[in-house]
Amino acid sequence: MSTSLSARNVRVVRNGAVLLDDVSIEARAGELVAVLGPNGAGKSTLLGAIAGDFPLSSGAVEINGRSLADYAPRELARSRAVLPQQITISFPFTVREIVAMGRGPWLDDNDDERIAAALQRMDVVTLANRTYQTLSVGEQARVSMARVLAQDTPLLLLDEPTAVLDIGQQERFLAIARSLVDEGRAVVAVLHDLNVAMRYATNVVVLHEGRCVASGTPQTVLTPALLSNVYHQKIQVTTTADGRAVILPEHH
Amino acid sequence: MTTARRTNVSAVGIFLAVLFAMTALLSLATGAFRIPLGDLLRIIVDGPARDTVDSIAHDVFWQVRLPRVVLAVVVGASLAVAGVLMQGIFRNPLAEPATVGVSAGAAVGAVLAIIVGLNQLPLGVQVAAFLGGTLSTALVYVLSRTDGKTEVVTLILTGIAINAFAGAVIGFAVFVADDDEIRSVTFWSLGTLGLATWKAVGVVIPLAIVGLVASVGFSRVLDTLALGDRSASHLGIKVERVRLQAIAVVGLLASSAVAATGMIAFVGLLVPHIMRLVLGPRHRHLLWTSAVLGASVTLLADLAARTLLSPAELPLGVVTALIGAPFFLLLLRSTRRSQGGWA
Repeated sequence: MSTSLSARNVRVVRNGAVLLDDVSIEARAGELVAVLGPNGAGKSTLLGAIAGDFPLSSGAVEINGRSLADYAPRELARSRAVLPQQITISFPFTVREIVAMGRGPWLDDNDDERIAAALQRMDVVTLANRTYQTLSVGEQARVSMARVLAQDTPLLLLDEPTAVLDIGQQERFLAIARSLVDEGRAVVAVLHDLNVAMRYATNVVVLHEGRCVASGTPQTVLTPALLSNVYHQKIQVTTTADGRAVILPEHH
Repeated sequence: MTTARRTNVSAVGIFLAVLFAMTALLSLATGAFRIPLGDLLRIIVDGPARDTVDSIAHDVFWQVRLPRVVLAVVVGASLAVAGVLMQGIFRNPLAEPATVGVSAGAAVGAVLAIIVGLNQLPLGVQVAAFLGGTLSTALVYVLSRTDGKTEVVTLILTGIAINAFAGAVIGFAVFVADDDEIRSVTFWSLGTLGLATWKAVGVVIPLAIVGLVASVGFSRVLDTLALGDRSASHLGIKVERVRLQAIAVVGLLASSAVAATGMIAFVGLLVPHIMRLVLGPRHRHLLWTSAVLGASVTLLADLAARTLLSPAELPLGVVTALIGAPFFLLLLRSTRRSQGGWA
């Protein structure tokens, strides 16, 4: 399962506003790439651009060396899955039915097995016969992720997957994300929590006002100087007794 | 733990088949001229050419009852399936052909045809209604598109505007019409199966069959669209193309139904809701069960229209709305309770 994503010099202009300018990002099999930055920096726009949701003003996005435009919709759906920030579902489908929708691009003999595995992996087996609308926000997030897993793609694009999870759910989610990477998949995730990025990301890309201000390993990129500048807030990076870097806002 | 309540599909299928068979037989037997069940079966076995029962019953059955029942079945199934498709593609349980102006467009076509005297031509009104319906379908679709996308709210608002405009055109037509034309317009805009002839049936059936068969192909896609346009497209669905195709099918089904019988309210809204409540929202089963229930409901409503004030005949659209609206309100309440409402 080798996969590679490459977006180069992406520029997105909408209604005269430049949302992204000259942003590049790469992700290969075995990598978890975190997209970071303050609200409004263009993180979700970048994810949408990579997903092929809208045409670019300029720049190029390639998966496995082929431009997105050269993919048939179904073929693209077998190459990458997208977890949007939030999903409202318009009719009372059950959890199992929603996860099964993830098999849409495949519809083959593996469907039942993949659906069962996805339910299991996201720990939503006991919710399988409940309707989505009756679930808590955290449960809904896990169900949506199970649907994305059922799609069984080598590349996963996740938009703030941990935003509505509590700290325990967040850790379990990131363990799953890491295991996906260990299987040889590539994951690109928009994250808010800098410490999560520090601990789990292979690489990070920091956006600020639609531009990429830094990219590289989290240890080299996430410095007090850069973060303080981007977030307009004094931020310090300390090290715990067991040697882990922790990012904290400074007290006034 | 609230698990989704779903009734077994085969049980529902058997129930619907029995319901349909009973309503059909009842409709064939009952009316101004009553045909006893034994005679009815003999007439059916005899076929149209032979007559071993009694020539009046034979003629009533083959020339009056049967075309009327067949038309009710076709129109009921078409309206219900058009409702399922609309609600699915717009992700909105309020959508039905009437909401987006398809029915109103057909109404305008028919009414204008009556006013300019096209009703003198065979099937003139029906053809005009069909053209009006498909034209307004296309119009609604074009007007509600921006940047290659259709926003659902814009589409429904466009439908409201088209409905208002159509209402004004019909009002103006009534204003300039003479008494005969007014009767014809009223009769038609309230819906009736009383004009059923084999000729009318022959025009509607091919259109309805094309539409009903085509609708089956949408079932999986409609399920996935519940996730929203964006997620559906991430799963490889060409959302805009599917929506355009589905709207074309709705235009075909609704226009041909309205062209044959006039405006029949609530079947397209009510029937999909009942089936969704019983079976859940998966379109694979929703589509065919709604077709069967739509046919049965329309048969029952027409039976009521023919017999309640016999020998006078109530307009069918009046019956469906009188029974449908209160029933729909009850249904809304229980749907919200059991399924957590709609987003």
